[in-house]
Amino acid sequence: MADLSVKIGSLELKNPVMTASGTFGYGKEFEDFVNLEEIGGIIVKGTTLNHREGNAYPRMVETPSGMLNCVGLQNKGVDYFCEHIYPEIKDINTNMIVNVSGSTVEDYVATAERINELEKIPAIELNISCPNVKSGGMAFGVTCEGASEVVRAVRKAYNKTLIVKLSPNVTDIASIAKAVEAEGADSVSLINTLMGMVIDIEKRTPMLSINTGGMSGPAVRPVAVRMVWQVAKAVGIPVIGLGGIMNAHDAIEFFMAGASAIEIGTANFIDPAVTVKVKNGINEWLDAHGCKSLSEIVGALKDY
Amino acid sequence: MKKYILDLTVVENTTPHPRYVLLKLTQEAPLPEMAPGQFAEIRIDGSKNTFLRRPISINYVDYAKNQIWFLVAKVGEGTQALAKVQPGETVNVVLPLGNGFTMPASPAQKILLVGGGVGTAPLLYFGKCIKEMGGEPTFLLGARSAGDLLELDMFRELGPVYTTTEDGSMGEKGFVTQHSILKEVRFDRISTCGPKPMMVSVARYAKTEGIACEVSLENKMACGVGACLCCVEGTAEGHKCVCKDGPVFDINDLLWQI
Repeated sequence: MADLSVKIGSLELKNPVMTASGTFGYGKEFEDFVNLEEIGGIIVKGTTLNHREGNAYPRMVETPSGMLNCVGLQNKGVDYFCEHIYPEIKDINTNMIVNVSGSTVEDYVATAERINELEKIPAIELNISCPNVKSGGMAFGVTCEGASEVVRAVRKAYNKTLIVKLSPNVTDIASIAKAVEAEGADSVSLINTLMGMVIDIEKRTPMLSINTGGMSGPAVRPVAVRMVWQVAKAVGIPVIGLGGIMNAHDAIEFFMAGASAIEIGTANFIDPAVTVKVKNGINEWLDAHGCKSLSEIVGALKDY
Repeated sequence: MKKYILDLTVVENTTPHPRYVLLKLTQEAPLPEMAPGQFAEIRIDGSKNTFLRRPISINYVDYAKNQIWFLVAKVGEGTQALAKVQPGETVNVVLPLGNGFTMPASPAQKILLVGGGVGTAPLLYFGKCIKEMGGEPTFLLGARSAGDLLELDMFRELGPVYTTTEDGSMGEKGFVTQHSILKEVRFDRISTCGPKPMMVSVARYAKTEGIACEVSLENKMACGVGACLCCVEGTAEGHKCVCKDGPVFDINDLLWQI
């Protein structure tokens, strides 16, 4: 049994497997399928200051080896989360992490302040990369200035572990990562979804209600691995990798590219028990390769 | 109701209609408890362009034979791949999902089950459950033509079956909402599943007559458990997940123009 523990800021993960926001609900939705306590961290649905209805249906279209979604951050707002959802999830014995999003810097700060008060939430993941909302979201994540501004403000208001989720829809993701590191982020997670589009050629209409959506699933994985590799070389803070991880093999690619931990997203829809299988698979691989701890393979990529 | 991921074995794969297959599946352990109107998310293996599971309603559960049936309409690559599974092969399912139909408050309640096309599938198991509690469901099934009405012998074992066909080849000619039984019998509740225009018509009839009515929706979905929020339907209380809050909704909760 290899040592799978990971430290991200002051966040201690018993293993490197987390769930990606928006793919695992609040955890409870999956408790019939997996022992939630075996998962290193559960990143719950994106939470905003105010209630959001999200975008109109249709919000999802399947693609070869993936899917697009344009949910648009549907959630009941941070007050509802604190009063009704937090009491239900706070005693799950793993790291319950809240993904925080907003339309303005003030929204991000106010939401982060509320979450900061919750004893059993050890970290937030700041979503500056949602491609499916009109204002805010990805707008902050596509320039160094925007990313710096929101992270600087949230850092002042939030004193636990701050993870910043980055958008792949940029020219140079490493420069954005460096910008948020400079503002005090404890970690970066990447990638959020890639903007995409699918067209119904008979109706001559887009397949999604807002025309475009965020692409996820194994089709995006090579892009994600490449970006994790670039970012891990550029920053000193731990990198969390995600994008199309379906099994332990995929996860190990991310570790070798430089990720200290990983998130599993779309794969939860295909196999609701995938998280624990990936965790066990990582352990088996490390044992089979004589590795005593996960850290031995993080960034262990050799030159070709 | 507890949800499971199961590898079920194919017992039978028959083709009752060129566009449908009927899959009968089993496993060694007893099948879990399932409510009528619930569905399964079925993993599709061996189809290169199919990534997500396919939500398929539970057609019938035969606990004596430990079998679950799925009536699958071959609409796209995914369901066409699923239709090819052979006896002895396994099919990975996540079930039971969703809320299910409203069971009658008492066996004496007169329940009308209205189905169209492949939407008749979940009504068979629903009818069985009503019969098992001592009630007698009435079925009103519609299709384009006589050959499109499936599992009629099974339905007839459970209660009276009325049919409409668009070409008049079986039952009354026209749509389900034109059937004479609706003028002859006053039902206490209508549960319906089928094409949306049909369900809208049924809902309009029920609303006009003041009869309680619920519809089963089939919005495109990904996770099946209320996590991804892709399959939402607008309701009086905002967007709700068809997979978790539905697929069955009271017509008064929906924002349909009826």
